[in-house]
Order: sequence, then structure tokens, then C-alpha cells
Amino acid sequence: MTALALAAAVRSGARTATDVLEEHLAVIDRLDGEVAAFNLVTAELARAQAEAVDAAVARGEDPGPLAGVPVALKDNLCTRGIPTTCSSRILEGWRPPYDATVVTRLVAAGALVVGKTNLDEFARGASTENSAFGPTRNPHDPSRVPGGSSGGSAAAVAAGFVPIAVGSDTGGSIRQPAALCGVVGLKPTYGLVSRYGLVAFASSLDQIGPFATTVADAVACLEVMAGHDPLDSTSIPEASPALQGVLADGVDGLRVGVVSELLGEGVAPEVATRTRQAAEALAAAGATVEEVSVPATRLGLSAYYLIAPAEASSNLSRYDGVRFGLRVDAPTTGEMMERTRTEGFGEEVKRRIMLGTYALSAGYYDAYYGKAQRVRTLIARAFAETYADHDVLLSPTSPTTAFAFGAKTDDPMAMYLNDVCTIPTNLAGHAAVSVPYGVGDDGLPIGVQVLAPALGEAVMGRVAAALERSAPTTPPPTLGSRPADATTSGTDTSAEGVR
Amino acid sequence: MSAEQTAGNGADGAGIVVSDTTGDRWETVVGLEVHAELATATKLFSSAPNAFGDEPNTNIDPTSLGLPGSLPVLNRRAVELAMAVGLALNCDVRPCVFARKNYFYPDMPKNYQISQFDQPLNVDGYLELPDGRRIGIERAHVEEDTGKNSHVGGDGRIHGAEHSLIDYNRAGVPLIEIVGRPDLRSADDARAYVSELRAVLVAIGASDGKMEEGSLRIDANVSVRPVGSDELGLRCEIKNVNSLRSLGRAIEYEARRQVDVIEGGERVRQETRHWDEEAGRTRPGRSKEEAEDYRYFPEPDLVPLVPDPDWIAKVAEGLPPLPAERRRRLAEAAGVLPAQVALHVERDLDHLALAAIERGGDPARVVNHVEHNLAVDGAEALDPGYFAALVTMEVSGELTATQAKAVLAEMVTSGRAPAEIAAERGYEAMDTAALDVALDEVIAEHPDDWAAYVAADDPKKAKKLAGFFVGKVMKATAGQADGKAVNQALAARRAASGG
Amino acid sequence: MASPLTRDDVAHVARLARLHCTDEELDRFTAQLGAVLDHAEDVASLDIDDVEPMVHPYPLVNVLRDDEPGVTSDRDEVLAAAPLSEDRQFRVPAILGEEA
Repeated sequence: MTALALAAAVRSGARTATDVLEEHLAVIDRLDGEVAAFNLVTAELARAQAEAVDAAVARGEDPGPLAGVPVALKDNLCTRGIPTTCSSRILEGWRPPYDATVVTRLVAAGALVVGKTNLDEFARGASTENSAFGPTRNPHDPSRVPGGSSGGSAAAVAAGFVPIAVGSDTGGSIRQPAALCGVVGLKPTYGLVSRYGLVAFASSLDQIGPFATTVADAVACLEVMAGHDPLDSTSIPEASPALQGVLADGVDGLRVGVVSELLGEGVAPEVATRTRQAAEALAAAGATVEEVSVPATRLGLSAYYLIAPAEASSNLSRYDGVRFGLRVDAPTTGEMMERTRTEGFGEEVKRRIMLGTYALSAGYYDAYYGKAQRVRTLIARAFAETYADHDVLLSPTSPTTAFAFGAKTDDPMAMYLNDVCTIPTNLAGHAAVSVPYGVGDDGLPIGVQVLAPALGEAVMGRVAAALERSAPTTPPPTLGSRPADATTSGTDTSAEGVR
Repeated sequence: MSAEQTAGNGADGAGIVVSDTTGDRWETVVGLEVHAELATATKLFSSAPNAFGDEPNTNIDPTSLGLPGSLPVLNRRAVELAMAVGLALNCDVRPCVFARKNYFYPDMPKNYQISQFDQPLNVDGYLELPDGRRIGIERAHVEEDTGKNSHVGGDGRIHGAEHSLIDYNRAGVPLIEIVGRPDLRSADDARAYVSELRAVLVAIGASDGKMEEGSLRIDANVSVRPVGSDELGLRCEIKNVNSLRSLGRAIEYEARRQVDVIEGGERVRQETRHWDEEAGRTRPGRSKEEAEDYRYFPEPDLVPLVPDPDWIAKVAEGLPPLPAERRRRLAEAAGVLPAQVALHVERDLDHLALAAIERGGDPARVVNHVEHNLAVDGAEALDPGYFAALVTMEVSGELTATQAKAVLAEMVTSGRAPAEIAAERGYEAMDTAALDVALDEVIAEHPDDWAAYVAADDPKKAKKLAGFFVGKVMKATAGQADGKAVNQALAARRAASGG
Repeated sequence: MASPLTRDDVAHVARLARLHCTDEELDRFTAQLGAVLDHAEDVASLDIDDVEPMVHPYPLVNVLRDDEPGVTSDRDEVLAAAPLSEDRQFRVPAILGEEA
């Protein structure tokens, strides 16, 4: 059942939020051992929220647009009094004294927070293998990664644990796992959703967005989360856009460009084929479709892997064992900080901290960080030119379907290439969404990405909805047919349980 | 390594400075960096209170603690105060950006300080000293303060302490860093500069200027060079200067030390040194293994600050008259040099003096009374009309200088008119006959002294004895005699006696 | 043009970032980061000094808040989350010199 259908049932009194919640908790309890999507299931918190929603309905009050909808949160979103780990040892035991703005808004809209989902440590990665708590498995094939870094949220939706999950996208961390797990994943325009309470990776690239099984659910969740927040200086000072109403408008007359640079080298043939099929479907629905060249996007990967680690290296400096989280003791504060950071951070995080520190260091700033920021301008300009005569662009989301565990862990550059199609959007601060579009030769999901200019969510939503209508079916995961894997523990839903 | 071990030979290591002065061959060059806490109600980037002396760790919130997920939002009042400082210092107020200065220190919650780097708010100004010299201001930028460490064990000093405690109340308090050009040439210059700067900051309400509470903190860049040279010598940055007196002592010490080093055939090392108030000397800071590499980059969590002309004009309109302007106005009215009325402005009595002069008070006497007889509480509330009337009575001879002083003192405490007070006290200038009677009596009582006075060849001795007789007469007349008239009568009587 | 990444560079940035690296880690990171920087030569070698750098994707300026006190954190809650506290403050081991 979709989030919107559940909310309609709860709002009308046909079902109670408590009933909806228990049904989902039971599924999580039964199957998350196979997926390991959750770091923590917050059953008691969700039950209290469900009771509040049911009480509101009973009083005849409006319980909100997401009334009774179970929602999973990526574990880099701060939740007051609830452990927020970023899947890192260094945040061990930390309970934030405040809620992220999106959490406040989701709860105010009637959503039920059922848990915190796994991610690549501090959102650095594309496979959810870099988690201090072990990997999340792709519900479609437990030997494959779910993508990342929001792998837990993508898998939770794909597995049917929740109709909606929230993730963050810095270089593709919503869209790529959505593609690999066969769900919808939307990265909004930079500044549309408040970052307050999102543990920062790369501040000028990070953006929070939804996962859902349908485009309508995704935009419904976005409508709730979006809108100006005075606590985030980069928040766009405009009200949340109305998106649900435009999804049925169709694509007749829209101009769609298929980005040739993102269809070439490194993209698996089956993925390229699905992308072309998607383009044809849009043409059949009345859109004008043509291939376009946006050469500057080729520079995206390099620019991203200078800017993101640079900002990250600074954002991660606060983890020093002084105020919160892990401390590894030592005779002096300097040594304590170094030991805490050395033992608290995983390898990929350290790698990016060092890369970023180097890119910012004396003598290299101009050649690396400074140059990368100029490239951002080039990419934004190239997009602006392209959007002058196109409403949206189309590309694959990920160059391949889900890969096997360990396939790319030894070769960071190969792992980084996963983000090649998604990164340009983040650099430009634009919007993009990944829509499931059938499966590959291996039977695993493929996603097609719709790119739109800043605040182009409405037209992007129309195209995504049209793709959804034309998409070949993705077979649902077949969970529950095998015993829980020994390497992942079961999830205790009776109370709050940390993995 | 301890500070002593890293210290070089000569003046550094032995702590002996042989010179009393820098002599005639050397010129001291000083540039000051002044940090002033801006007098806002809340912190620079969050709504936690900005207050001194509160219980530790009470003025904190997620942002001032640098908790994961927290974000900065700029304080409008802090910006306007900083703009006011810039305008008061004759700076160019410009579009600017914030930057992160990255370094690890436990009192800095994020392990980066949000400051301004290559695009500061205020640039290229000057501060006018009472003697009319203009000291260049390179820039005045906005940044956040750190928390405070206190050291437990080891006599509360950093070296030898067993552990340290951190209070983050001050973390995030807005600072303006005013970077002066090396235009100062002595310790006196430096003190005059800081006094003037403090007066400006207090006048515009930007800071309370309290050095003892750390609201105003000074780092001094000191170098020496041969007299006549245009080149700057290698400089040392002196930290931990907590009062105007320390500032002067530290600069004098450091200049002598550098001269000793150079005259000893060595080179001054560019380094940071700490002023040790008790020992009366500067000591080298801990030697750093590598040069500072702050990895400045634009703060992605904040957007540019662009003060438009209207905004700047509005802030400029709100500026009160500044000390230099006030000195000029009073000096002009009184026909003296601005430097001669510096104290009047410093005591905030220039308005009174101007008003009294405007109401016809003799300028020289008004200025003289304010400087010598009005350094008391309540002086500012004196009625300028009464003040002018008093001065007029004095000039006309109605009151002697001593009487005028007494009446003035009572005017301050009672607020009554000078004529009323004078009448009540029975003050009226003595006529010549009464004065002669008094003089006769005093001479008769001290015949030996009189003979000695008349016979005195040594002017010094004569002056001393004259003073003796004037004093006796003043005492005998209960101060009603005019000192000048007594002197004249005495001299005339001596001449008549053949002296 | 940037110079190629050396093992000493990696050791230097590790110190700046307060991370300890074993010899083996230094070798590995030098190779891996070198590969990323090699790839980044497409960007590093561009002659684009005339292009404005882009710091923020969305062009906002003058985002300010009023100077009004808001809610402060609960000291006990915050100190309870700290690894070590003492006398209402955060406790750390001895601090050496100017730099921790």
C-alpha cells in the first residue's frame, strides 16, 4: 500500500495509525535480519506518535498529510534523545539534544518514525559497505549491495518495511541506491529542504530527499519536508511547492534531452538500453526527445572528488572526543584527539579527510579546491545553456545494476565512478529523481534519472510520473524465503534496539 | 619540548635583557591586532546569550557547541555593529564572505573558526589619535570567539596542568578583529592607539571595552629597525597582553630584546611570544613542528554578506559624534589644540564644556575647570548655564579662584546656582584695605621670616618665603583673598621695605 | 600544475587532520589518493582563472537573524553526552602548548 493510500485510510478513520504501525513493525521484525536496513528500530517512539495521530483523528482534527505513515530516517538525521550514529563508531552513544527540521516537519505531518537506517559511514560511499555496523543487503539479491550511501533507507522501502524513507544526497546518495533497489529516489534543489539537523558531509552539496515506491508518494513526502527554514542560511526563502497536483499533467510538448556524455563509456549496455527505452516512452507520450551534449559534465567527477572531501574534512573536524561521542583516552588532549579520530573513523572516511585536507592545504588550494569551484561554474553554465531549450534531461542513474559485496572496496576510483551520472546535479544545485525502469540481464533493478534545473521539481515530477506509467515492471524482492544471514543480527522491535 | 628548551641562545634563553632602552640608533615599529567582543544580546551564529560571568556552560546551544547537524545563522545586530566600527574607523565597508579557519583546539567546538579571510567586511581605514596622527587600519573583520579552558593542577597554568576544563559560554560570541598597520613607533603610541580605539568602540556601543573581562584583547606585532630605515624588521607577535600597562611594558621589553639580539650579531626569529606579567618579559611560544596551515575556504553554510549603500547609510546615520570630532569641536570653541581637550572628551564632559562656552563662559576657564575640578561623579549633570555664570563671576573678580572651586564643587552636589551658593557662604572678593590689614597682622606675627624674605638674594629662597606668607594670609582670610592679589600686595610691600 | 602526491604529503595531511597512519596505511593512501588526484588532473590542468568560483549553488545574500535570545541547551543533558565532565564543564586531558 502506498503512503498516500495509508494516510487516506488513517485520516478517514478506516484504519488506525497504530494498526498500520504494528503491521509494518511486524514485517521489519520478521525480515530485517535478511536486509539489515535498520541501525535502530524506534518502536516505542513510533507507537507514541501513532497514538497521537489516532487521538487527533478521534477528536476530529486534521492529523496531517502523512498521518499514520511509517517513515524510516537515514541515521545521519538528528533525532532528539534517539541515538544518531552516522554508522560510525565515533558517534557511539550520542543522543542529539534536538530534532532535525525535517524530522519535526514529518512528525507534525502525522508520520511515524519507525527507525534509523544504515548508511556508509558519514554518508561517504556508494554501497553501504562502509558502515561500522556491517553492510545492508539489497532486498533483490542479498549478495549484492543496496548502493549508497543511503542504502538502508532504499532497502527499507524496497523490502516493504516502510512506504517512505528519508535519505541525503551529496553526489547521488539517494538516487543511486534507489536505482539499485528499484524504488523512487528524489534529490531536491539545493536549499529546498532544510539541512538543519542533517549531519553534514559536504555542506554545499548535501540535500535531504525522499525514497518511495511511487513518484506520488515521493513528492508528497517532499511537500512536507520542503519550505523555508530560518535555521538554515542556505534555505531558499520560499514556501514548499505544490507538486502532487501536476503529476497527471503528462509530458505532451515537453522538451527532453538525453545527455550523451552520461550514456557513453562505463555505462552497462543494458542500462543504456533502458534509458533509451525510457526516452522513447516519453516521445510516445508526446514529448520532444533528442540527444544533447553537455561536455562540462565530464568534469563533474573530478570536481566533486575535490570539493566534497574538502568540505567533509572540515565538517568532520568536530569529532575529537571532547564534547560528545567516542573518546580514546591519552595523556594529552592532542594525543587523545588523534587516537579518538584514528580509532573512531573507518578507512573510507579517513581517505576522504586526507584527500580533502590535501586539496585545501597551502600551495594546493588554487590547483585543486579553487579550480574545482570554477568547474562548478562551468557545469552550471553548461546546464543553463542546455535548459534554455530543454525542460528536463534524461540519463541513467547508475552505470550498472547492483554489484557484489567487496567488488569495489579495494579500488576507491572504481567506487567513485558509480556517481558519475548523479554528481553533476549536486554540483549545479539542481533537482533530479531516479525512477525504476525495469531490470537488467541479471534481473536486478535499473533506474532512469530525470534531471531538472533549480526549482524544476514540478516539471521533473510530471516526467517522472510519465516514466513510472510506462515502466516495465520490476519484480518485487522475495524476502522471507531464506533464513536470516548469520552475519546480520535480527532487529528487536519490542523497544529501541541498537545494532 | 618545553618553551625553555626550544628557546634560542642569548636574550631568549637566559632571559637577560641588558639594554635599558633601544637607544638612539633603533626605531620601534608596532602594529596592533585588537579583538573586541561585540555588545550583542546573542552569539554571532546562534540565539544563545552573549553574556560574561554566567555559570559555566549555560549559554550554549547546538550551534555554539558545534554539535553534528547544527548550522550557523548570522546575527544582524553583530553585522551592524561591525559595520559601525568600520565606518567609525573610516573603512571601506564592502561585500564580504565568511571563511573557515581550520585548526584543532579543544576550546573551539568545531575545530574550525568561522572568520573572514580574503574578503573582509571593512578595509583600508584609519584611526585618528588625539595628536592628530592617523594610524592605518588594514581591515576589521567579523569572527566567532572560542570557549575558555581552565587548567587543573600545575598552579592553574597550562604547563604542568593535570587536566583542563572547558566552558563554552564564550564560544560563538561575536568578535571584530581590527588589524592596524605598523604605524606606531613606541609603547606610548600603542597605548594612545588602544585608548582611542576603545573610546571609539564604547562611543558607538559596539563593545564595552573591558580589557579585564577580555572584551578587548590585544596582540602586538613588534619589530625594530635602524633609525632612518624604511624597511620593516622581522616581527614577533606578542600575546597575552591584558592591560594598557602590560601593553606598554611588553612592547618596551620586546623592542629592547630584539635590539640585543641584533646587536649580539644574531637575527630576530619571526615567532609568537607570550607576555609574562610577573616576570616582566616575553617568552617564546611553543615551537610548532610545521608552519600553520589553516586551510581557509569559504564557509559553505553561510551566504555572502552584501551591505548595500542604503544599509550602510542607515548605520552611518546612527553613529554618534566620535572622539576625534568631539575634540575638534571643543578645541575650536576653546581656541586650543585638540590634544589639549582629549581628557574632556574621554570623561564625556566635552558637551558640558561646549554648552558653557556657548552660554558665554570664558573658554580657557571652562576648559581648565573641566580638566582639573570636575573629575567627579555627577559633573556631567551640571547646568551649563550655571557653569558659565560661575566662570563669569570668577573672571569679574567677584569670586577668587579658590572660592570658585568650592562653589563649583557644591554646584555639582546640590544643583544650585553659583550666586546663591556664594552669597550663602559669604564669599565676596576682599577689598584692598581688608587685605592690607590681614597682611599687616601676618607680618607682625612672623618678624624673622619677614626680615629673611626682604633680605633674600636667592630667588628660590625668596619664592619659598613668599609662598609661606601667601599661605598665612589665605588661612587668615579663610580663603576669601584672591591669591593673585595677595602676591601682588606682598611683592609691593617687600619692595617698599627695601627688598 | 600540482606536484605529484608523495608519501610525505600524505603524512603531512594526516598530521593536519589529527589522524595517525601506520607505514602500511601511508603507502596505501599514497597510492589511492594519487589515483584520485591523477584523475583530477582533467580539472587541475584547466586554464580557467577567469571563471568565477561557485561557492553556493543558489544565489542568496544577507541571510540574517534578529539578535533575540532563544532556547539554550540543558547543561546536564549536554554534559551527560560528553565523554568526561567535571564541575559543570567538559573535561579533557592536559593541553600542551598552544596547539592541542
